[in-house]
Amino acid sequence: MKLVIAIIQPYKLDDVKQELYAANVNLITVSEVLGHGRQVGVDEYYRGVKETGNLLRKVQLEIAVNEDFVEPTIKAIIKGARTGKIGDGKIFVMDLPRCIRIRTGEEGSKAIG
Amino acid sequence: MGTTPPPINSGDTAWVLTSSALVLAMTAPGLALFYGGMVRRKNVLSMLMQCFMCLSIVSVLWVVYAYSLAFGHSKGFLTPYIGGLDWFMMKGVDINTANADYAATIPHQAYMIFQCMFAVITPALVIGSFAERVKFSAWVLFTVLWLTFVYCPVAHMVWASDGLAGHQWGALDFAGGTVVHMNAGIAGLATALYLGKRIGTDKQGMHNVPFVMIGASLLWFGWFGFNAGSAVAANGLATSAFVVTNTATAAAAISWAACEWIFAGKPTIVGACSGAVAGLVAITPASGFVDVGGSLWIGFLVSVFCYSMVAFVKPKFGYDDTLDAFGVHYIGGLWGALATGLFAVKAINSSGSGVFDGNPGQFMIQVKACALTTIFSFVMTWIICLIIDKTIGMRASAEDEIIGIDLSQHHERAYTILD
Repeated sequence: MKLVIAIIQPYKLDDVKQELYAANVNLITVSEVLGHGRQVGVDEYYRGVKETGNLLRKVQLEIAVNEDFVEPTIKAIIKGARTGKIGDGKIFVMDLPRCIRIRTGEEGSKAIG
Repeated sequence: MGTTPPPINSGDTAWVLTSSALVLAMTAPGLALFYGGMVRRKNVLSMLMQCFMCLSIVSVLWVVYAYSLAFGHSKGFLTPYIGGLDWFMMKGVDINTANADYAATIPHQAYMIFQCMFAVITPALVIGSFAERVKFSAWVLFTVLWLTFVYCPVAHMVWASDGLAGHQWGALDFAGGTVVHMNAGIAGLATALYLGKRIGTDKQGMHNVPFVMIGASLLWFGWFGFNAGSAVAANGLATSAFVVTNTATAAAAISWAACEWIFAGKPTIVGACSGAVAGLVAITPASGFVDVGGSLWIGFLVSVFCYSMVAFVKPKFGYDDTLDAFGVHYIGGLWGALATGLFAVKAINSSGSGVFDGNPGQFMIQVKACALTTIFSFVMTWIICLIIDKTIGMRASAEDEIIGIDLSQHHERAYTILD
């Protein structure tokens, strides 16, 4: 089991969701996060005073998948989120030692799907 | 010796000045919050800023030259189409005496500042159509050009004492159904078609529904100045306009909510607010001519037309009129202008009667005035867009649009997640 975490542009969320559905990945958690990579943020001004290094709004996806779904999930995220410009985001894939479904107490692969 | 003009009336003057302040509140904060709540949160400040700066820019231009262009008098063949510059910098627009062509019992300058607030809100209404994708510098230029070359001529043709549609044809427009609402609505459609769709959304992405309700309520409140103030006197006609405005608006709010309930399953607060605004728009040209019965018809039916436009027709055509300035203000204004030709009764206002009052000719005059406003405004707006686009560029860059108009055009944002 793997946990796929992706940071993407907020306006790409709909596209990514469509690609994930098309790849049969239907379980997803979305949160709103702040951060920046190489863009180093956007300047803001308060009454004429510059404030640099402000964080940008991003969307973070967390998707827990079984092994055979790892590659399709990654491909779907890239397909939906990629524009080719700085700021498209990143995907992190991590080992997932345990997964428990609260309602039934099922564990492991069964609990994910 | 002619008859001596009636003296300045303190009650009338007080009402018109109060009405001017009420109409100001329609633009800021009324319309600003109404529009601000309906956009995505990365663009809310751009709505507030554009409405606020529209108030500021038009206020300055109006006293310098725009009032003269709209309501003044030019010589030669241009007379029915636009005013001259004889009232440049308020020269001859007196603070102690009236201009009997427009309002006989209030100082001319009181009439001028009342009209100023109408000129403020009209370009502000257009903002809704190109929201979330226009460059701020382009918007500033657009507002200056549009006020000068679209609003002033249309106001002159419909309202000036030597104008084409109002004076020569006899079109009825009490408070601005054609001049303000159809004019802004069709201009909005032109800008939306010219600019194309927003990036990355087919949805509304409305971010603050309570703002929408506060904004709509302030519009309703301020609209009493707009319509009842257009009597330019504190009298029975103002009272009648006040009553029919409230009645039509309430009817339209009910009717929009009912349409949603029937066709979409549930009534929504944004729907009820949109209905109220459609009702206000529709009763505007009719407010000084119809009685309570007429206002109920106007109110109940306008939401049916506007709802159909926004819910069924717009998705078919696929133009991106972000906040439905066309669907609500043009369609509502069109219905109101035509309905004035149907429901106007002599018992309310001796200067206008419609089809149901035994004057079938009035309807065709209304149609003519609507066609004139529509064609003139659409063509002129398109030309203005073209000029701006070919010089400084009209649309924000894709990157700026994605980051949001607030941060990219104003280096500010409305909300934070942290802190």
